[in-house]
Amino acid sequence: MDRAKRTLAPYLLVLPGGLWLLLFFAVPMVTMLSLSLQEGDIVNGFVFTGHWQNYTESLGDYRTQLIRSLVYGAITSFVLIVMAFPVAYWIAFYGGRRKATYLFLIMLPFFVSFVLRTISWRMLLTDDGVLLHPLKEAGILPGDFTVLGSPAAVIAGLVYSFLPFMVLPIYVALERIDPRVIEAARDLYAGPLTSFRKVVLPLALPGVFAGVLMTFVPASSDYVNSELLGSSETTMIGQVIQAKFLSNSDYPSASALSFTLMAVLLIGVFSYARALGTEDVMKVAAR
Amino acid sequence: MTSSPAIEFAGVRKDYLSHGESVPAVKSLDLAIAQGEFFSLLGPSGCGKTTTMRMIAGFEEPTEGKVFLDGQDVTGVAPNKRDVNMVFQSYALFPHLSVQQNVAFGLERKKVAKAEINHRVGAMLEIVSLTGMEKRQPREMSGGQQQRVALARALVNHPRALLLDEPLGALDLKLRQQMQVELKRIQREVGITFVYVTHDQGEALTMSDRIAVMNAGLIEQLGTPREIYERPATRFVAGFIGTSNIVDGTVDRVEQGLAVIAKGTGEQVVVRVPDSVRPGRAIEVSVRPEKIDLHRTMPAGITGSLLSGTVSEVVYHGTSTNYTVATTDGADFVVFDQNAHDAENVASRGERVYLSWAPQHSYPIGV
Repeated sequence: MDRAKRTLAPYLLVLPGGLWLLLFFAVPMVTMLSLSLQEGDIVNGFVFTGHWQNYTESLGDYRTQLIRSLVYGAITSFVLIVMAFPVAYWIAFYGGRRKATYLFLIMLPFFVSFVLRTISWRMLLTDDGVLLHPLKEAGILPGDFTVLGSPAAVIAGLVYSFLPFMVLPIYVALERIDPRVIEAARDLYAGPLTSFRKVVLPLALPGVFAGVLMTFVPASSDYVNSELLGSSETTMIGQVIQAKFLSNSDYPSASALSFTLMAVLLIGVFSYARALGTEDVMKVAAR
Repeated sequence: MTSSPAIEFAGVRKDYLSHGESVPAVKSLDLAIAQGEFFSLLGPSGCGKTTTMRMIAGFEEPTEGKVFLDGQDVTGVAPNKRDVNMVFQSYALFPHLSVQQNVAFGLERKKVAKAEINHRVGAMLEIVSLTGMEKRQPREMSGGQQQRVALARALVNHPRALLLDEPLGALDLKLRQQMQVELKRIQREVGITFVYVTHDQGEALTMSDRIAVMNAGLIEQLGTPREIYERPATRFVAGFIGTSNIVDGTVDRVEQGLAVIAKGTGEQVVVRVPDSVRPGRAIEVSVRPEKIDLHRTMPAGITGSLLSGTVSEVVYHGTSTNYTVATTDGADFVVFDQNAHDAENVASRGERVYLSWAPQHSYPIGV
């Protein structure tokens, strides 16, 4: 009896979460998969016909947006690494007793709605906004200079949106480094730069890896930043899917695009993990 | 070998900023450590010994004064430009590198040829008995093994001096004693100056050529282990190194260089003093517990020190029995009696006893 309880206990613990996932993740996934292979329209209804052309046709139509999304996602992650690393480094090694406060400050903007924040970015970046107007007045920027609607504005918004998701994992990795290990490198004739390259960076790589996972995937499928800060030249795949679902009611091709995006991201993430698996990350860095 | 000392401190002071206030960690330090010496900095935590060592390594800079390595002023020189290496208390091995890569780290930075690196790393791993473990990761090793990797990683560079910061602190007693012998052997083999920071007096006494006992940012006494143990210069040293009995009193008379401190009828403490000591002077005398003889009856013909008291505690320690004796003038004396011949205790609790010791075993403190 006791033994039966003990064997069952882990499964019982997993049950609520498992049911939740089954209901709200697995079921919609299957529904979507089925939808992506249906034909019809919103008035006459959709019928499952195994119409796989939904995939090839939508991919043919929106290849540009898909590739653009992946490129924006990659640039966002890269900019984030460059920006977040020094911040995380400073908090981890010089934060002293205020580490928690600094981390809280990084998180603070996220208590405001995602959409609202992006809208305020739009107000900041607008041609006659608080940022550009004084610079134009001072003659530093030409009068017709514009940021809004450009890829730069969209990527800037994405970077801002996902900053904590890069700072936190890198911070956690750096925080775990024994400062004595860095001293040991200095003691063993490594200058500040070499110590960083040979010791700090390799030990922080798992954090960078996690940060890329946590930012590249949502940034690539984001549909808000481009909508509010971009133009038709910056349309991302998330916007296309959103429009097809909500405006055009073209459920089959929206589902097909969603699955395509998911497949591409999964393949990307897995090959990235394979190329730089956490265990191998260290070996690569040690060379 | 050059004639200048391996390490020298000249008028060094080190202050730390704590809550906006400047707190001295090392108050005043003038010290020369000779080439090839096994030198220990011994003291309780917060005495400034670790700060002193970190100033040699270059992790701390003196607020005042200068540090010399081999006669060269290295004050303000970065740690990576100093030819000394450190063994950290926590070992501080690179967790992402193998044993081989850890040990080779310093040589690679110095751009030593690959073949020579492999040769030297191999030879060093042999010295620390880790041959065959080259591919291991630090986390796959025991504390003792990691300790030896840390030692090899520092020694392989043939530094001018090796700095060891409580390197055995994390090991269990048996392993620690084994490593003490091992360290001493390695030091003899490589002939490098060792500076050893510890709060463990036993460790310092066993391994060192010379010891600096530090307290509150100052050196209390500098000398060989025997000098420090047998002739503690201050009350602090007497108390910190081993067990000491301390007698306070006033010199009654001085006869042929021996001061006599009378302690009631027939009881006295006799100690050799310099000529400057005159009768009437207040004096502290220390005597080690193992130098004292314990008697049940008043011994006859005693020319040295003699005190009486009551046994308040008897603790059997195997090789010796430790007695605590409350003397007539209220001090607690500790006496170690070797269990060399018989298994019988000399005295039991509550018994009246007499303590005697020869004049050469009394030491005046701070005279």
